[in-house]
Amino acid sequence: MTALAQQLLLGVLLGGLYGLAAAGLSLVFGVLRVLNVAHGELIMLGGYGAFWLFDLFGLDPFLSLLVVMPLAGALGGLLYAGLFAYVVRLGEEPRIRTSLLVGFGLALCLHALAVRLFTADERAITTTYAGRGIPLGAIVLPIGRLVSLAVAVLLILLLDAFLQRTRWGQAIRAAAEDWEAAALQGIDVRRAYTLAFAIGTALAGAAGVLVATGYSVSPAIGLEWTLKALIVVVLAGLGSALGTFAGGVVLGCAEALSAALFGGAYREVVGLLLFFCVLVARPQGFFGRP
Amino acid sequence: MAPLVVRREDWLNLGVVFFLAVALAQSWNVIGGLAGQVNLGHAAFFGLGALVARQLWAAGTPIAAAMTAGAAVATTAGLALGLAAFRLRGAYFAIGTLALAEVLRLFVANNLSQVSTLPAAAIAGYQLGVRYYTAAGLALGTTLAVGWLAASRLGLAMEAVREDEEAAEASGVGGFQVKLAALACSTALVGLAGGVFAFYQISYYPQHPFNPTWTFDAVLITFIGGVGTIHGPVLGAMLFVLLRDYLAVRWADLHVLVFGALFVAIVLLLPGGLVEVGQRLRGRPGVAGRGRVVGRASSGSST
Repeated sequence: MTALAQQLLLGVLLGGLYGLAAAGLSLVFGVLRVLNVAHGELIMLGGYGAFWLFDLFGLDPFLSLLVVMPLAGALGGLLYAGLFAYVVRLGEEPRIRTSLLVGFGLALCLHALAVRLFTADERAITTTYAGRGIPLGAIVLPIGRLVSLAVAVLLILLLDAFLQRTRWGQAIRAAAEDWEAAALQGIDVRRAYTLAFAIGTALAGAAGVLVATGYSVSPAIGLEWTLKALIVVVLAGLGSALGTFAGGVVLGCAEALSAALFGGAYREVVGLLLFFCVLVARPQGFFGRP
Repeated sequence: MAPLVVRREDWLNLGVVFFLAVALAQSWNVIGGLAGQVNLGHAAFFGLGALVARQLWAAGTPIAAAMTAGAAVATTAGLALGLAAFRLRGAYFAIGTLALAEVLRLFVANNLSQVSTLPAAAIAGYQLGVRYYTAAGLALGTTLAVGWLAASRLGLAMEAVREDEEAAEASGVGGFQVKLAALACSTALVGLAGGVFAFYQISYYPQHPFNPTWTFDAVLITFIGGVGTIHGPVLGAMLFVLLRDYLAVRWADLHVLVFGALFVAIVLLLPGGLVEVGQRLRGRPGVAGRGRVVGRASSGSST
């Protein structure tokens, strides 16, 4: 019983990360209608950013968030300007398909670049508080991952507040709903798109930092996290940062349960099957637009 | 005919790799190029073909029968995938198939984790020439199959579905049936390629042919060569294999970076790939007619 509770707890902690990882993808997909399958690679790069800052300068990973996030945002802006700006000019259906292909190519490039620059070895950040945990009855709360969850929740709340309360957040939401109407209202849609993409990438970078802290980072995690983020986006639907986060936690718990019941080897399988079933059960696509 | 003049084994091995690449790309070309459905689960059928062929061959079945059985199993799995996945359109189909292929790979990795090696007798009697000719036949066969399909009524139906499925249905073309037929052909061909792989490779991990890298390679090669064309994948495969081999010694894996960048450039700027480059150099407009590629994906229209 306690083993199950411990697994579920770890599942929730991981699920928070899934939610954060998905938030960036959900934002980009919801606003630009662009499926950036290189999202996992961006997470991977964020993780490497945190790792190198820790390795070279001894910067605590939670502090390196302050460095990695702006850098990731800048990278996102560049990627948008260089690649996805062309893609958003296409119509609805070709846009999604082309963005899939472009994202795919980008993912391969980033992956190969990472292997070349960083080697394929797994890297982990071991801070002084890394192994410690807070005992809670029979189960243990790992400190590092707990703080990661807290950071993830904070970022999601900030994102939600940004989208709901600030002018640019509203501009982004307007552009997401109907970009032509938004343009007619005087909103610079291109800038809104760039901002949304940059924020999405910044969130990916943040997720990467947390992944590097609690788990490990290697070039191979890119595809894995892209799939995870996609699963959560499909489960949770578009339009709500909090909903995406909840979806992430649901996935985390589902994985933990499956690991407890069927063994760790099939952890990923339940998520992928769930993903496929939800995709199929809604044949009109991702929570079909009205 | 190369083994008659070339004695060096590394050239023959490169030849086999090239022919396998052609087969993988052409088989993907059927579903991705002709029918326009981006199937990212291609490796699953390659792996199934290899798995079944290997198991049967190791149990004593003659290799030809084993390969055919592999192709048959792959086709059945393809039909099953089609039935489940063709409700999804476009990009959703792509990631759905990727997810399913991953599930299969994990399943195989967990249950068949031991490396699969040929018995000593088979290794002693291993003839690279035979493998070379088999692979060459496979490459030729898949290319001819694509050529035949493209010129047939079914191929025309596939292209109609690719361009605009709803319009095709309105014209009486059954979208689902055509897509399923395309997937069946594609998986049959790649299942056969899997069998050839199992025949050629002395030892490998059973999950290796299920690795999504095989899918990505096929997609890259097809797009760079010229998706939807007949000779495109051959050109792409040639470039891919040569570049990979050339870069392998000092810049291993960098060929992926080059190809990834080329791929993005082609998708955005030159959707016809190398074939279109060739056509433009020869002064033809390059996008109309039978050599046509991915339809509206890159036409830039905003309807």
